[in-house]
Amino acid sequence: MYTAAVLLPLLGAAIAGLMIAHSRDREAQVVTCGAVGIAAIFSIVILLQVAGDGTPRTIELFTWIDSGELNISWALKFDTLSAVMVFVVTVCATMIHIYSIGYMSHDPSIPRFMAFLNLFTFFMLALVTAENFVQMFFGWEGVGLSSYLLIGFWYDRNKANAASIKAFLVNRIGDFGFVLGIMGVFLLFGTLSFDPVFDAAPAMADRSMKFFGWEFHALTLICLLLFIGAMGKSAQIGLHTWLPDAMEGPTPVSALIHAATMVTAGVFMVARLSPLFEYAPAALTVVVIIGATTAIFAASVGLVQNDIKRVIAYSTCSQLGYMFFAAGVSAYGAAIFHLMTHAFFKALLFLGSGSVIHAMSGEQDMRKMGGLWHRLPWTYALMWIGSLALAGIPFFAGYYSKDIILEAAWGAHSAAGQYAFWLGILAAFMTAFYSWRLLFMTFHGAPRADHHTMEHVHESPPVMLVPLGVLATGAVVAGAVGYYFFVGEGMAVFWGASLKVLEGHNALEAAHHVPTGVALLPTVVAAAGIGLAYVMYIMRPEWPGLVADRLRGLYLFLLNKWYFDELYDRVFVFPAHVIGRGLWKSGDGDLIDGVGPDGIAAATVQLAQRASRLQTGYIYHYAFVMLGGVVAIVTWYLIVRLG
Amino acid sequence: MTNWPILSLVTFLPLLGAVLILFIRGDAVIVARNAKSMALWTSTITLVVSVFLWLDFETASSSFQFVEKSEWIPAFGISYHMGVDGISLFLVLLSTFLTPICVLASWDTIKTRVREYMIAFLVLETLMVGMFCALDLFVFYVFFEGVLIPMFLIIGVWGGPRRVYAAFKFFLYTLIGSVLMLLALVTIYFEAGTTDIPVLLRHAFDPEIQTWLWLAFFASFAVKVPMWPFHTWLPDAHVEAPTAGSVILAGVLLKMGAYGFIRFSMGMLPEASVYFTPFIYTLSVIAVIYTSLVALAQEDMKKLIAYSSVAHMGFVTIGIFAATTQSMEGAIFQMLSHGVVSGALFLCVGVVYDRIHSREITRYGGLVHRMPLYAVAFMVFTLASVGLPGTSGFVGEFLVLLGTFQVNTVVATLAATGVVLGAAYMLWLYRRVMFGQLVREDLRTIADLELREVAILAPLIVMVLWLGIYPSAFLAPMHASVATNINRYQAVVAGQTAPAAKLAALPAGTR
Repeated sequence: MYTAAVLLPLLGAAIAGLMIAHSRDREAQVVTCGAVGIAAIFSIVILLQVAGDGTPRTIELFTWIDSGELNISWALKFDTLSAVMVFVVTVCATMIHIYSIGYMSHDPSIPRFMAFLNLFTFFMLALVTAENFVQMFFGWEGVGLSSYLLIGFWYDRNKANAASIKAFLVNRIGDFGFVLGIMGVFLLFGTLSFDPVFDAAPAMADRSMKFFGWEFHALTLICLLLFIGAMGKSAQIGLHTWLPDAMEGPTPVSALIHAATMVTAGVFMVARLSPLFEYAPAALTVVVIIGATTAIFAASVGLVQNDIKRVIAYSTCSQLGYMFFAAGVSAYGAAIFHLMTHAFFKALLFLGSGSVIHAMSGEQDMRKMGGLWHRLPWTYALMWIGSLALAGIPFFAGYYSKDIILEAAWGAHSAAGQYAFWLGILAAFMTAFYSWRLLFMTFHGAPRADHHTMEHVHESPPVMLVPLGVLATGAVVAGAVGYYFFVGEGMAVFWGASLKVLEGHNALEAAHHVPTGVALLPTVVAAAGIGLAYVMYIMRPEWPGLVADRLRGLYLFLLNKWYFDELYDRVFVFPAHVIGRGLWKSGDGDLIDGVGPDGIAAATVQLAQRASRLQTGYIYHYAFVMLGGVVAIVTWYLIVRLG
Repeated sequence: MTNWPILSLVTFLPLLGAVLILFIRGDAVIVARNAKSMALWTSTITLVVSVFLWLDFETASSSFQFVEKSEWIPAFGISYHMGVDGISLFLVLLSTFLTPICVLASWDTIKTRVREYMIAFLVLETLMVGMFCALDLFVFYVFFEGVLIPMFLIIGVWGGPRRVYAAFKFFLYTLIGSVLMLLALVTIYFEAGTTDIPVLLRHAFDPEIQTWLWLAFFASFAVKVPMWPFHTWLPDAHVEAPTAGSVILAGVLLKMGAYGFIRFSMGMLPEASVYFTPFIYTLSVIAVIYTSLVALAQEDMKKLIAYSSVAHMGFVTIGIFAATTQSMEGAIFQMLSHGVVSGALFLCVGVVYDRIHSREITRYGGLVHRMPLYAVAFMVFTLASVGLPGTSGFVGEFLVLLGTFQVNTVVATLAATGVVLGAAYMLWLYRRVMFGQLVREDLRTIADLELREVAILAPLIVMVLWLGIYPSAFLAPMHASVATNINRYQAVVAGQTAPAAKLAALPAGTR
């Protein structure tokens, strides 16, 4: 059953893949949904078993790479952490698979889409159940590949193709760090399996390592390199630029890959490697700062975006920041808790927005929406639930998980913790504001779409609404249900050995004893954010324009996403092409070939021509040369021999 | 273990086939058809026989196996001495695996002088296999140089418009290196008094002579690999060569240089190899980064893949000279992987070239609409080239980087940037050729893969996945031989104090 849970989606992908040629849409949908659905049922059993008796299970499949002391197997590791992840991944994936049946019903290549979704699910499961660094990397790159394939699913759109390549490449830059980290681990520990590495970590806490000629604290260096990988996959500031562009893919893809599962892989990685990160306090501080900065950066950009999916994308980016700074203050349980609740409510929001886009005949610009709520009552209600959960309004899922994160940041009693706390509070305010801005712009006010589009607006079919309902249930209850196990009193038993927190790093413990003001603050700012959005988009709809005019510079700065894309284009993309061309034409063409083969050939030809020019055929030329020669020899003889 | 001379059989079966093709008589069409079937049959049987090498190979042993030895020119102590170990075994198999594919790939595309073409390929196979099996310097040299001739003809006779320029560039480049190698071989003979490779591997050469020998070998091998800056013959040769020629060129011929580095430079000249390691590192890292950037700027599909070959072979040379178990096995594995993947990519280019007769990237776009099967195959090979885990490309690169990082973090890090750049140019190529809208008129009717093409590409896909998912099958026979080589080499490194000081100081990378 454990193996089947992971491999079923691969099988589904293979079968659906074979159906591409025959366009067997219905069969492909049944097979893929069935595969992932069964995996989801298994995952619930697995979670109950593994978390129930607290004993991790590892299933060895067969040897993968074996070279010298390096010995890597394909193996599946199920402890509480991976069981939770498997549960989240398969359940969300199942809902999104079913939703896709409705959403993609007009698409000509349904089997391909379903096969890719299944393939993605497999890679994601391989990632979270990895028992060694290399298999984790396998899943890591595999989800990157699926993401690439799915973002570029509509391959005749240039924007989609560009976005898919961008996603792959930015992730590759992160993976570059990941690979270096893996190599560092091998250098330090001589193995790449998790358990021996984790066991040996305390003994390695004082080691240093040479890298580029400098001495570094070994574990800090390794953790930072690995974290670069996490930043790429989880779209943290600096390596986030691919995520908003990835919205070119079909909306179910955005929900599954770019909200619920893949982008959280970085958070999972930090949690999985907690036995290493715990001994690298400097690396943890970096995680906190990057996470908190991303939270505020992405939230600020989300304030002004007009594309409905991009708003949610930036929101995802921002929420991932929360998870990271939670992990950075050693509140790994809180990070994974938020990961789970976020998976539900963010998938819900994405699918809800997909429902809107579906109804609007593909329109994504919120400026062309408005007044949809009575046409899409179910979608409207579900979007409200998702937004309430996202904003952290009491008793919705996000309330529990986000509050505990902020409290843990406060409870860390460190400068970085304070930084994260205050930025997190500010970001919470922005989150509430942009969420309701989205709701108001989309569903309220006068319809701004043209008559033709409005006529076609229709509520989604049950095949799309039912999965939304399931996710909404998760978004409502997941927080209350999970609180006890993930971050509450039951956490020590629940997590067992799968997360490691050193003595003195127990921010999560301290989180339960923060002042009341601190505990209430997130809820207060969230309410304030909603209030402000109400004022600006319902009561005084002319205000947003005025504000944008008054603060033109700031507005443009945010609208253009802090100019990251422009910067990268100037600094990396453009020069790479110019240098490449330059090296080719001047380096290979002029220099190497010019001096080398072509140059030598030309020189030989010239020499031969000169030589042939000597043979003029005139007797007096030859006679003159002979005479000259005789004179030279005689002179030489006279001077050297006789003189 | 079998008693019959299986290595000679694998080596000379193709030659026998070539001779038989010579005897085919009759009308030109019939000759062409029979020559093709003959070549296909011969190369397939050779492949089958060569698989027995693998099956009968004793994994635990590091010595040469299937050894055959008989006197040839006793006056100089030259003997016909053949054998394979864990390092050469798979290179032999790679040669026998790719040849039938090449024959099949040329089935409809070669229309002139078919008989001669098939003969050239079979002779080439004999020479390649013989080169990897040879255990005598003289025999080795004959095969090593002999390979040039059929390849030169294949490019020069059946190549594209600039085939003469390309063929001569290829020939002269490699010949100059070979002449220097010949000098080295003669020196070795006078120095050690034998041409027997297993004996020479145990011979300790004077470090001072080693330097010169090493440089002479380097001249030959660096051109073959090719290492930067001796690589400029490769794009030209690839562009002009017929598809199957490119496949063999990239698939097997480039490995001859790397094989030589392992067998001769590392095996016989360890002191000099240690001394020159920073030099190799430098050239290889430049190769990885430089050619990746150049590949990014290419407009011709074949040139792009040719440049990517240089970059990928950079990993191989790094891995060899880093001299750790992982890096060395990774380098050998990368040779196999690259042989399969780059060969496959050239075949993929060949598929569309046969239809449209252009290699210009901009000439294409949106092919996925018409050619879904082709799109899948091309995608698999692209991903393998990019080094996605689960494909063959990952295992080699990963092992090389992992092994190299243990001895030199700077080189490993710089080389790893090639992984990012590699993804850039390959995906960019794929996008421009396959994705987008189908705009051009003549592409609207382009046909998907036919059965023959499926038969060519399917085994390659199987190999890519097999190598990627269960590489142990290939790594296991390497262990013993690689361990012996590495141990011998590391022993020299450890014992080397005075000789190192004796050698002058070259600009060395940090270690």
